[in-house]
This record gives sequence, C-alpha cells and structure tokens, in this order.
Amino acid sequence: MSHASVAPVQDLTLQVKDLHKAYGGNEVLKGVEFQIAKGQVKAVLGPSGSGKSTMLRLMALLEPSDRGDILLHGERIGVNDGGRHLPERTLAVQRRDIGMVFQKFNLFPHLSAVRNVALALTAVQQVKRHTALERAHEMLERVGLSERADHFPSELSGGQQQRVAIARALVLDPDVMLFDEPTSALDPELVGEVLDVMEGLARGGMTMIVVTHEVRFARRVADEVTLFDNGVIVEQAPPEDFFDRPQHERTRRFLSHVH
Amino acid sequence: MGFDFDIFFEQLFSSSYLKGALLSIGVAVVSLVIATAIGFVVALGRVGKSQFGRVPAGAYVWFFRAIPALLVLLIMWNALPQILPSLRSDWYSPFVAASIGLGLVEAAFMAEIIRSALLSVDDGQPLAGRALGMKPATVMLKVTIPQAIRIALPPTTNEFIGLIKYSSLASVISLRELLTTAQVGVNITFRYAEYYSVAIIYYLVIVSVITVFQTMIERRFAWISVKPTKKRKAESVPAGGLA
Repeated sequence: MSHASVAPVQDLTLQVKDLHKAYGGNEVLKGVEFQIAKGQVKAVLGPSGSGKSTMLRLMALLEPSDRGDILLHGERIGVNDGGRHLPERTLAVQRRDIGMVFQKFNLFPHLSAVRNVALALTAVQQVKRHTALERAHEMLERVGLSERADHFPSELSGGQQQRVAIARALVLDPDVMLFDEPTSALDPELVGEVLDVMEGLARGGMTMIVVTHEVRFARRVADEVTLFDNGVIVEQAPPEDFFDRPQHERTRRFLSHVH
Repeated sequence: MGFDFDIFFEQLFSSSYLKGALLSIGVAVVSLVIATAIGFVVALGRVGKSQFGRVPAGAYVWFFRAIPALLVLLIMWNALPQILPSLRSDWYSPFVAASIGLGLVEAAFMAEIIRSALLSVDDGQPLAGRALGMKPATVMLKVTIPQAIRIALPPTTNEFIGLIKYSSLASVISLRELLTTAQVGVNITFRYAEYYSVAIIYYLVIVSVITVFQTMIERRFAWISVKPTKKRKAESVPAGGLA
C-alpha cells in the first residue's frame, strides 16, 4: 500500500479505516484501508465477491459496517460519538454529500428522465419545482440527453438510463461519486457512451471511486488502480505501475484473465 | 304471465331503484376509503421489522378475514349501540353502520393487497431513494407508494366491485340499497322477472362505469411519454424514440 499517493489529511474526501463486514458467517471485508483525495479518480478492480461493491455500499452509508471507520473530510460518518450506528433519518442527511450510481441504474420507472433527476432536489433539498426542473434539464444536457428529458426509463436504452442515473446523482452536487459497476449491465455497444460521460466528469475534477471491470477505462482515466481479492486490498498503484509492473502475483494472475 | 316490459321500464326509471343504486355505490365508496386507510396502516405493520407492528397487524387480518361480513354488520347495528350509548343517536344510520362495518372487514383484504404491492416494488428502488438522501417517509411517499399503486389497482378494482355487491348484505340492517329495493318490489307485486331484471341492468351499468374508470386510471400509470391512442401508429412516435 506504499504506492498510495500521500495527500495531506485535510484534502482527503473519503476514507475508510479497518473496515469489516460479514454476511451471515461470510466475511466479505476483512479490514480494508482505502482513501481518496479531492479530485482523484480511483478505479477498483477485482473478481466478483471480492468485497469491492460491499465497500462502496458501506461508504455510501447504505449498509452498516461491522467494524471500522468511514470518514468524510476527516470526520466520522454513519455513527455517533459513541460509535453506534445513526438512525436512518440522520444517515439520510449525511448521504447527500455522496453520490451513488448503481449497476442496474435503479431509475424511478414512474417518473420521466427529467423528473428522475429533479426528484432529489424537490424531495430532499426543498428546491421549488420550477427551479428543480430547470436544473434537472441542465444536468441532462451535461450527459447529452436533453432531447430525452420527457421519456420514461422504459423508453430509454440501458446506456441512456445509466446516463440519467449519473445526472440524478450529480444534481445534488456531491463531494464524491461512487460508481458500482456502472457498465456491467449494459450491452457492449452501449458501454462507451457511459464511460465517455464518466471520463468527462473525471476531467472536470470530480472525485470518483469506480468499481469496474473496464480495464482500459481504469488505465486511461484513473489516477490510481486498486485490486480487491477475498475481502482485502491486494495492490494499489498508479495505472502504469499497476498494469505494466504489478508487484503482486495475485495482480498478475488477475490481469492475465482480463487483458 | 309473460315478461311485462311496461313494469320493467317503469321500475328501470323509478326513483326508488336509482336511490337504491346510489346507496349501494355510496356504501361501497365510503367503505373502500376506510378499508384503504386502515389497510395501508395494517400493511405497513406487516411488512415492518418491529414485532409491535407485525403482531397487531397480523391479528387484525386474522380476525376480520375470519368473521363473516354479515355478522359484522349485525354487530355494528344491533350489538354496538347496546354497549355504546353514543351510537344511539340519529347520525348512526344504517348507511354509516354499513359503511364502517364493511370498511373494517374489507381493510383486512386491502391490507393484503397493499402488502403484496409494497413487497413487489424492486429493492433497488428504495435503495436509490436512500442513496439520494431521502428520509424513510420521503422514500415511501415519492418512490415506493407510486409504484405500489400501479400494482394494487387491478385487485383494488376487484374489491370495489365486490363491495358494491356486499352492500346488499346491509339489507339486514334495513338499508334499502339496490338489491333490497328489488326484493321489496317483488314482495309487493310478485313480478320477479321484471324487478330482478332491473337490478341486473343497474349492476351491469355500475360495473361498466367502474371498468371505464379503471381503464382511465391504469392509463395514467402506464409510465410512457407517448400515450397509446387508437389512431396513433408507430411512425408518429417522435423520431428516434422507442427504437
């Protein structure tokens, strides 16, 4: 883990320390240390079941951790001073700084694209309906879907749905965006349009953690690539080191399968 | 004796049948509103994690699914006013007693419809709402309920039609709804065919109107931007849409 770029503490947007999580008797996270600084893009690779998606869900405060800390801007989130998990109502407020994009989009099927994006503004930030729709339109423009604004999710392709989902997460202006295998549920020819939007975000300075199987995207866009295996982080390095000079046998084996 | 069309048409447009039909519809509407309100609370109790919700909610469904609606109506009208003196006043009419009684029974069935509708909403939906920072009540109101309504609509329409017919049970507490109107007429005239035929016509008209409403409401829950109309053909879909 010595490869991790050392950022001064105050610049760390999101950080997890000694994170543990088990489902039933199955230990999915076994003490994970991970951090991301403002403006960084980190790609997280690893076989399925290695714990990478679980880390993301814990970071997004969607599930409680068993042990360990999650820090946003250096402050512990998800728990009170005594270390007990906060009630859902309080967690909801803390989640607003963290954007999440899901593998299966999870767009609201009963709302048009623009209302999917606007809902968080009206229902969470109490923005006036008219202003919310205006800002939602701007967001859809950023992901290249202005002319699809009034279409419902069932009328959009998978790639378009995922771009709406990205706009929906972006509209709350989060400090960090978490992507949970955002292109894994897409037809191969639709992957590119989603990765393009994400690359644009990265170039615009967004802090991003991307759990993905897209090795080329990780190499081109990420500042750092992380390999998860069996609940622990195996290797963490800038893409050129990670892909061309991996330090660990496990990384070499993983790369031989995906290259 | 033959079928006397004069009697048939005379009764078809008589005020007593119209009044009976309106009473039937009134009882059905009020009891469905009561049933939906109670049923929603009971359903929330049954899908929740807390035993404080699950146990009483389960008990409610168990009790009111077991007791015949007829018995509930008799209790509402005969037994309750004996116990509660405040019910021995003018406002406690057969209409009120029937609406509340049928509403209480129907709530047990609506609870099960609403419970299955809530459970059929994809887990990823509340998850997405939570990830956006919505509080539990907002997730329920803005994400889960709108999707559950669509699933609950067809069975709820069934229940509503059932309630129209169940309202005839209220004849035992002297409510002159549609079927009682027919029966009273028969008792006086012995013109069974004519009076029953009029009742059939009324029931058919009522259910037809409900079906039209159902179609209209379900269309609102189609969740598509281009509403399907008979004249519209595929080519009139905006360019590039619905590939």
